[in-house]
Amino acid sequence: MRTIRFLLQKEFRQIFRDKNLLRQMLLAPLIQLMIFPWAANYEVKNINLSVVDHDRSTYSRQLVTKVISSGYFRLNGYSPSYKEAFQLIEHDQADIIIEIPANFEKNLVKENEQKIFLAVNAINGVKALVGSGYLASIVNDYNSEIRMEWHQPGRMPTAPSIEITSSNWFNPLLSYKMFMVPGILAFLVTMIGGMMCSLNIVREKEIGTIEQINVTPIKKYHFILGKLLPFWIMGTFVFTLGLLIARFAYGIIPAGNVGVLYAFLSVYLMAVLGLGLLISTFSNTQQQAMSLSFFFIMIFNLLSGLYTPIESMPEWARTLTALNPLKYFIEVMRMVVLKGSGFHDISHQFLTICIFAVVLNAWAIINYRKTT
Amino acid sequence: MKQLFTFVKKEFHHVFRDRKTLLMLFGLPVVQITLFGFALTNEIKNARIVVIDNSKDVASRQLIDKIEASRYFEVEKSVTHLDLENKFKEGKIKLAVLFPENFNQDLLHLNKAQIQVIADASDINTATTLTNYLSAIVLDYQRQLARDATIPLQILPEIRMLYNPELKGEHTFIPGIMAMIMLLVCVMMTSISIVREKELGTMEILLVSPFKPILVILSKFIPYLIISLFNVTSILLLSVYALHLPVQGSLFLLYAESLLFIVTALSIGLLISINAQSQQTAMFGSLMATMLPTLLLSGFMFPIENMPLPLQVISNIVPSKWFFIIVKSIMIKGEGFASIWKETLILAGMTAFFLLVSLKKFKIRLA
Repeated sequence: MRTIRFLLQKEFRQIFRDKNLLRQMLLAPLIQLMIFPWAANYEVKNINLSVVDHDRSTYSRQLVTKVISSGYFRLNGYSPSYKEAFQLIEHDQADIIIEIPANFEKNLVKENEQKIFLAVNAINGVKALVGSGYLASIVNDYNSEIRMEWHQPGRMPTAPSIEITSSNWFNPLLSYKMFMVPGILAFLVTMIGGMMCSLNIVREKEIGTIEQINVTPIKKYHFILGKLLPFWIMGTFVFTLGLLIARFAYGIIPAGNVGVLYAFLSVYLMAVLGLGLLISTFSNTQQQAMSLSFFFIMIFNLLSGLYTPIESMPEWARTLTALNPLKYFIEVMRMVVLKGSGFHDISHQFLTICIFAVVLNAWAIINYRKTT
Repeated sequence: MKQLFTFVKKEFHHVFRDRKTLLMLFGLPVVQITLFGFALTNEIKNARIVVIDNSKDVASRQLIDKIEASRYFEVEKSVTHLDLENKFKEGKIKLAVLFPENFNQDLLHLNKAQIQVIADASDINTATTLTNYLSAIVLDYQRQLARDATIPLQILPEIRMLYNPELKGEHTFIPGIMAMIMLLVCVMMTSISIVREKELGTMEILLVSPFKPILVILSKFIPYLIISLFNVTSILLLSVYALHLPVQGSLFLLYAESLLFIVTALSIGLLISINAQSQQTAMFGSLMATMLPTLLLSGFMFPIENMPLPLQVISNIVPSKWFFIIVKSIMIKGEGFASIWKETLILAGMTAFFLLVSLKKFKIRLA
């Protein structure tokens, strides 16, 4: 016990001595948590629209006004021809072209059917799909308005309609910040914990001070614990800071018990730090340790469900996510913070992460050699 | 010249000796493209949902059959109203569909019936996607019912998707990955390898030698420049052969612009390494200064025009944003230099700025 106390003293002294690094470790997550959620927004709005109106009738003008007033679109101006409008798309000044053919109004009334053309810049597939979807539904709305104008409601052949009332539980306003902030916090804690820990040990290897420790009677697990605990405390501290930011900057108050979050966090940090240790036992230089941890963090990040739902991944990728500790943490964060899930609900994730912690740390201890 | 050659050889030895790092440098583009190309999609299949049918009549049963038949949903029926919240909290279901009593009657007599859809919006993407799927199924069912009635005055929008008719994600992520990998190699690896020499003290030795300091830097640059060009090639090969995304514009222009961006990245790496005293600081600095802005503010993951104005303004000083526009124009739109000269100029200006600042700050004496 005394040995560990001395080791801890040494580690903390080293951490607090490097003011630059300390500042980065604490400030970096704060800044990211302040900026990231504002940028990470998949909501599609401000779609630039270019209109080619060959008809110039009341109806065509009404249609354009209706589209603009929906709030999703920004009129970028009228173009005399499709060719010129297309150039706007080429220069990224327009996202969608509406081309209304000549005699649009006349044909619509006389022949009961009239096409309009929408050309969508689909380089960003999601934006194109959502944008054209909005547009189509606005056109549809306008269509029913015209129909009402021409036919008395009772007299036209009506089709039975099914109305869908949808409610969104746990995040009724569909706020992206509610959705992203807990996930991002989980990611930040992972990055700080995993990377810093692995770099720290390899640094001792590179400078040669690890030799000095190796020749002392310090036990393997003493050394490992001495390295784990400081970063465990740092991680918990950063997490607490993050929760406070979520509370005061974004107004996100966990719906569930914060104790459940901390219980999970304490085991999760052991798992992540264990991974950091493992990486450090495999690398000889900081460059190596950094590349390795960056490699894993990148994969963890993409396969965590932070950006795209896990359910939408193909079978092989979903199998891979089972090996991703970050996935479990993000799941738990969203469950507890948004849904108010209790310990019972997350017990499966909790057990899994316990296994991760045990396996990774055991592997790291076995792999760490005092002699070379 | 011969001196420079010797030093470049030394740097190459350093880089190639370290097999693990090397594996990562060449492996990461492959892994990233695989994940982005095949794992990150927005189509959801077999989502578990609950259907509560309080009406149990012909219409509701028909509609439920239709929902079950779609490949999007896996329907669970034995759940009652009261269990619903718990099921959601356990994370076992993503969506619930509730049919009120007298569904069919309402539909027949009032010509209007309601169903309620409850989505677990703690995951917004899943919630909106699933709700959209369900609406499409209901709409389809409605059309079946209305098959005989003719609808007057129809405006039919005809939609054409330009450049990317299949709406694949490749078109945005390939340029993004290119920028990320180059930054990783040229900023992070370069700055770390320079600071490492500082930390170990070998920089001191290099600087007291008659070898010009500027050549020390140059010899650090060359191996990473070559690795980056190699990575550009492998990313392009993967995108053409694995993802079937051909390069529409001039390949030469694409390489020339990549070279420019590599030099930009190297100059940022140099600037960071001059300011950093330890490898950890250098690493953190490169992460904060390049990787995260690229991920967030280059338009590669999240559309810039949706961001609040301050972020939109900040995004202009992120070099990868300009590179991203350039690659997109050349690769996907097939445009020539005429339409990207402005972006190229901005990137070149940034590079010149970084190089000037670094050279001014570069000191021959350490500490």
